[in-house]
Amino acid sequence: MSIAIQVENISKQYNLKTVGTGTLSHDLNRWWALARGKEDPNLRLGESNDRTTKGYSDLVWALKDVSFNVNQGEVLGIIGRNGAGKSTLLKILSRTTTPTKGCFKVKGRIASLLEVGTGFHPELSGRENIFLNGAILGMSKVEIKARFDEIVDFSGVERYIDTPVKRYSSGMYVRLAFAVAAHLKPDILIVDEVLAVGDLEFQKKCIGKMKEISVNEGRTVLFVSHNMSAIKNLCTSGVILKNGSLTLNGNIDSILDEYIIDQNLISKLKLSDIPRNNVNGLLKFTDIKFIDKNSIEKTDFATGESLEIVINFETKSEFYLSKKSNIDIGINDVLGNRITWLSTSIYQDKIDEGQTSIRFIIDKMLLNQGNYSFSLFCRTDVGIADWIQNASSLTMHYKDFYGTGKNIPEGQGYFVSAFSIK
Amino acid sequence: MSFMPKGDENWDLIVKPQSSLFDINFNELWRYRDLLMLFVRRDVISVYKQTILGPIWFFIQPILTALTFTLIFGNMAGLSTDGKPQFLFYLAGITCWNYFAECLNLTSNTFVNNAAIFGKVYFPRLITPLSVIISSLLKFLIQFALFVSVYVYLFVNHADLQPNRLLALIPFLVLLMGFMGLALGIIISSFTTKYRDLRFLVSFGVQLMMYATPVILPLSKFSGIMLKVVRYNPMTPIIETFKAAFLGIPKSYEISTLLYSTAFTFVFLLASILIFNKVEKSFMDTV
Repeated sequence: MSIAIQVENISKQYNLKTVGTGTLSHDLNRWWALARGKEDPNLRLGESNDRTTKGYSDLVWALKDVSFNVNQGEVLGIIGRNGAGKSTLLKILSRTTTPTKGCFKVKGRIASLLEVGTGFHPELSGRENIFLNGAILGMSKVEIKARFDEIVDFSGVERYIDTPVKRYSSGMYVRLAFAVAAHLKPDILIVDEVLAVGDLEFQKKCIGKMKEISVNEGRTVLFVSHNMSAIKNLCTSGVILKNGSLTLNGNIDSILDEYIIDQNLISKLKLSDIPRNNVNGLLKFTDIKFIDKNSIEKTDFATGESLEIVINFETKSEFYLSKKSNIDIGINDVLGNRITWLSTSIYQDKIDEGQTSIRFIIDKMLLNQGNYSFSLFCRTDVGIADWIQNASSLTMHYKDFYGTGKNIPEGQGYFVSAFSIK
Repeated sequence: MSFMPKGDENWDLIVKPQSSLFDINFNELWRYRDLLMLFVRRDVISVYKQTILGPIWFFIQPILTALTFTLIFGNMAGLSTDGKPQFLFYLAGITCWNYFAECLNLTSNTFVNNAAIFGKVYFPRLITPLSVIISSLLKFLIQFALFVSVYVYLFVNHADLQPNRLLALIPFLVLLMGFMGLALGIIISSFTTKYRDLRFLVSFGVQLMMYATPVILPLSKFSGIMLKVVRYNPMTPIIETFKAAFLGIPKSYEISTLLYSTAFTFVFLLASILIFNKVEKSFMDTV
């Protein structure tokens, strides 16, 4: 199979500093260095892009030495946490910005959909905007004319095709915009998850159309999404980005497994060994345990079971000088979305002196099936005492919660509710 | 997937951080010609949507300006127009100046105004300033037609007008004005992505520059330091030639000055494309 896209050691650096004071001097500095044939002095300062830690430089590498190939006809999913560099990679591949280092090569015509309706002009009619938007996306007038009826048909706004789009409802607007995009016929299509706009029915239509493009027409598609089920559904292979670097590429199922394991991997470390940033260390978390109703420690719980979270910590004597102190647990899903939050501050103002552990007791854990990660946080009057993201994780599974042998299907929310019908 | 082929393959596109300065892909520009024309169409149509008079505004603007100039500069201040009909004299200057100023103003906002589109889709960025030049040209042609009608009317009524062989240069003058506006506009737009100050400078700088161009006063009436400034202004020979062609060649006119304007335009056009080429690739990071 031949290669459609070859990405070679792409790196991208961003300057966090706003343009203003010092920029001109930086520019001059750079010109002077380059004029003497030396390396750009600003480039050496860069750090890897980990948003969760505060860097010491204004320059960060949003992407660092990313290389991979995409075969023709392959549907590649790009996965990663927020800030992993997915959008930057898409921007580079769709040529809205250039890499700082490295290059990529493409065979065939490439079109990118980072947004639907780019360049729509509110004063122009639907008809005029179809031509304008189509041309912006790289179609020629002849091509648009040939597909015009199809586009109008797909959008379902035939009646208003000569009305200025500023009079359209937002739904009509998005439908028309997507209709143009869907009839774009490039060899390679780059799609951002922003396509998942509009109502559920329309989202399904979008995903269906994308599947049609990739499967039936054999086009190469690069797809970025936070929605793992959409990725699983559409993609044949995937790459994982982490802090701007590519950590893995391969077949989509193994990638997704790896991604979820990776989310949990950090939690295998001993808490006291995890490096912290910007904490004052007055309190240090040493352990987190999940205990079930039989006092057994485990990390696999059934929905509806009782859960006791035990947190051990060490304190310095200054810790108790603080008038207020609290310990919080944040529960996230595998994608890093905050699901819920527990805190001592709900019940008390400060942590009692001499205490070395605290227990959070949840009578009925109603989290839906899946993996969840736990972050620990402690604050005092003088600032953050300790903070660990991804301190531990646990898996929730179903064990006949409703007693009917039936379960909530995948993708239907984070929580189950104990309901009955009459 | 991890298989990395060695050697040459027929890639359609190779994107690298830096490319040579003169790397303009004319094939690509040609491929996007439909987009160019659609942008022109959009600019022309959308401006006067939801107005009662519509495209008539194209006429009203220069007529009212020329009338104002005739009243204030011609009648009240009594400034000379070298004995030519005042209204026609001012209209000639305004028609040319408007075209140049519009090209300059609109192209200088290329990056900032189109950041939303540029950030989402790739197409040859040069398309946008080019579309501005073409839509301004259309507007110019309409206003030029107005000028010609007024001219013919006065000519038939025996005004002191001597059309001459310089008329053959008119298309060349139009080309020069467009390209000069384009060149200066592109240079400014390339810098405004980083330093927004230039935007303010341009909008009122263009207004001021009109007074250093023989739009209101004929070149023969400038003196002292102003004469020097006006002589260095590359728009001066163009407007002087335009007026000379229609109204009659004044004694002070030298056609050789047009060479200066031509050289200026081409040097700046070249420079602007080099700068634009460098900026367009990563301006999204600084805009």
